[in-house]
Amino acid sequence: MPFDLVANVAVAGVLTGLVYGLMALGLSVIFGVVRVVNFAHGEMMTAAMYAAVVLFTAFGLDPFLAVLPVAAVFFALGYALQAAVINPFITRPEHSQFMLLVAISIILVNGLLMGFGPDAKNVQLDYQLESWALGKLLFDKARVYAALLALAVSAALFAFFRFTLTGKAIRACADNHLGALVVGLRVKHLYSLTFGIGAACVAVAGCMLILLVDVTPVLGPSYTLLAFVIVIVGGLGSMGGALLGGVLIGLSEAMAGLFIAPSAKSMFSFALLILVLLFRPQGLLGRRT
Amino acid sequence: MKREAVGLLVLLLLLVFFPLFASSYALSVVTLILFFAYAGQAWNVMMGFAGQLSLGHSLYVGVGAYVAAILFQTYGVGPWAGVWISMAACAALGAAIGFLAFRFGISGVYFALLTIAFAEFTRIGFDHLTITGGPGGFFLKVSQRESWDLLNLRGPPIMFYYVILALTAGAFALCALLLRSRAGYYWRAIREDEAAAQALGINTFRWKMLAVILSAAMTAVAGVFNAFYYNNLFPEQVFHISRSIEIILGPVIGGVGTLFGPVLGAGVLTTLSDGITELLAYYNLEIPGVKQVFYGVVLLLVVMFLPHGIWPALAKRIGIFR
Amino acid sequence: MSFLEINQISKSFRGLKAVSATSFEVERGGLVALIGPNGAGKTTCFNMIAGVFAPDSGKIVFEGREIQGQRPDEICAAGIGRTFQIVKPFAGLSVLDNVMVGALLRESHAGEARKRSLRILEKLKLDSKADLPASSLTLPDRKRLEVARALATRPKLLLLDEVMAGLRPTECDQMVEVFRELNREGLTILLIEHVMRAVMALAQRVIVLHHGEIIARGTPAEVVRDPAVLECYLGEETEV
Repeated sequence: MPFDLVANVAVAGVLTGLVYGLMALGLSVIFGVVRVVNFAHGEMMTAAMYAAVVLFTAFGLDPFLAVLPVAAVFFALGYALQAAVINPFITRPEHSQFMLLVAISIILVNGLLMGFGPDAKNVQLDYQLESWALGKLLFDKARVYAALLALAVSAALFAFFRFTLTGKAIRACADNHLGALVVGLRVKHLYSLTFGIGAACVAVAGCMLILLVDVTPVLGPSYTLLAFVIVIVGGLGSMGGALLGGVLIGLSEAMAGLFIAPSAKSMFSFALLILVLLFRPQGLLGRRT
Repeated sequence: MKREAVGLLVLLLLLVFFPLFASSYALSVVTLILFFAYAGQAWNVMMGFAGQLSLGHSLYVGVGAYVAAILFQTYGVGPWAGVWISMAACAALGAAIGFLAFRFGISGVYFALLTIAFAEFTRIGFDHLTITGGPGGFFLKVSQRESWDLLNLRGPPIMFYYVILALTAGAFALCALLLRSRAGYYWRAIREDEAAAQALGINTFRWKMLAVILSAAMTAVAGVFNAFYYNNLFPEQVFHISRSIEIILGPVIGGVGTLFGPVLGAGVLTTLSDGITELLAYYNLEIPGVKQVFYGVVLLLVVMFLPHGIWPALAKRIGIFR
Repeated sequence: MSFLEINQISKSFRGLKAVSATSFEVERGGLVALIGPNGAGKTTCFNMIAGVFAPDSGKIVFEGREIQGQRPDEICAAGIGRTFQIVKPFAGLSVLDNVMVGALLRESHAGEARKRSLRILEKLKLDSKADLPASSLTLPDRKRLEVARALATRPKLLLLDEVMAGLRPTECDQMVEVFRELNREGLTILLIEHVMRAVMALAQRVIVLHHGEIIARGTPAEVVRDPAVLECYLGEETEV
């Protein structure tokens, strides 16, 4: 196996992994704060990918530009979903919450199927075919741009949670729900805000991913699982962990696809999930609760 | 108690005589209802009784189906012998998953994710195995469809109807018996509060394992039925997470942990969804995904407004406390 | 042969020493109270006896057999029952079914278990509520249910963890009567209590824990006058 091939596949894997990382970041934020298992996460991303396709086919809008409106809409929808539907479920038993989001995921996937049909859709832009060469290594332009945006958004999110008052308030809710209520934080509003932020992350990730892969409605569940694998491997509650996990999974998927078989990519991810759940449930960068 | 028993008997009689006046379409629908009622009841043992949420039950349906199918098609072993091996294989799988989960303290959402991971792993694995026919599928030869060959489970749809009816009735009776026994009390205690259960002398590890193994073995039988009824198996379909979700829809909508829940849920769901398909066909519409959206909406409404399922609310109305 | 012997047990949590080389005994048929300020290590001791976790060092000997490190269900089977500080009823089950879960440890037939459970409910004045869901009970009744459930496992030793907390004085007195009667019938009781009214009324001996160590032991009357106890826990103005 020639080194160039391996190296190029690795590079592609890492870059794609950063986009995965952004998607997982959204899940980590939601799961870490609201403590709701967003089983519809991958489906939300699929919807975002379709949104980007629609904007591209209707207005010729480059997904990078589509990011703004799509993220805004998804933020609003995410906020509404949490406020109207999910908030009452915070106190319900876990499997009840799970079922709620399973229902939403089913509706989303099949709604997309009804609306767009089962065939694959994508966007086609010139720079998707271009790449930069650095010695023997090839860097796909689309992949690099996507990865850069993913990094930028992650950094912005990190700054938001670290330095702004709202961000700190959200972290307070995550650490201590009752305590947050007692000091007068509007927890329900902050939860909805968090879900909105998570949804917006997913929206950006989706707009980026459509540059790299085609979309079909049935991809939803696979991405949900992928997001969970990343979050658990990287560590719950750790934003750096989500990105690191994303890169690791992106890389391992690419390598597995190269050395074993393309269809076996996810097998590796699942094996990794099982191992992490058993031996290091807090993940690589997570804190043991 | 008496009212329930009488109601059950009436229902059973209706089901026994149903094929005599039903169209072949209606027969296939009710067969499907009974299949999901059975599979749901099997899943219910793990969740409703022992409180462990499994979202990967398609694993047991699939393994049960493939083992019996391969034994029959490739090695000439009949389904009545093959089913025991299927059950053993699935029991072992369930035991492995249960052991890993309980020894390492994995529960709740993480347990659910673990079950999903195992099912997905197996799905992709089977896609790459030659003995199972890979993604192209595994097929059972259909020798005849006219006469009842119970020994080899080859025969007309009505034969399969009675087989699944017997299975579902048997599962119902088994679960009813279990609920009244020490197992039933212990499982419910574990489901309510594991620490309190331990303080009362219950070896919660052993009993949780029992629930998982029993559930897995029971589901294996559903897999065997699946194999011989449809005569074809594709890893992509059989192990898919949608199958796992279909299995839980019945019990969740009908009422987790209750006896009637899975049956009621399967009945309501399948009837209504078929109604929708029929309605669309009437208007010459065929939209892929409509049925599933419907499932999703029903699930959403039930989870939001009838969190314990339809049966407990219904039971209260007709005056039965369970 | 001693009945229950706690021998030099210690337990630390992440560097914090919760219980430090503590030893005491409970004689068969005795009624011993474990008191002390919050954080003294009382529930930690209970949890070690009940098998929730093992002591870092030391031995717990019950009826001549070492039981430290065993699982909670093994400890219960050996004859030690316990209640929890924050009651844990099986909310979805009826009151009777709750007790039956306990009874089924000793009875293989549901019929026998049911009969014995009803008798226990009678003793604790819960028989009229046997078919109600446990979730509908008031706190005092939930405490009674907790005790009934533990009794159903036929314990030789009963560990009661702050069972009087939240009860009004009359309710407290009723519980005290129940325990007195059970003790007369041969049940050994070790209890953690803050409610001094109950301690004075029930206990034959009192052990005082502070910062994981025993600072006083004796009859209730002796302990209440002990200056160390007064200083760290009871306060100078205590009137019991």
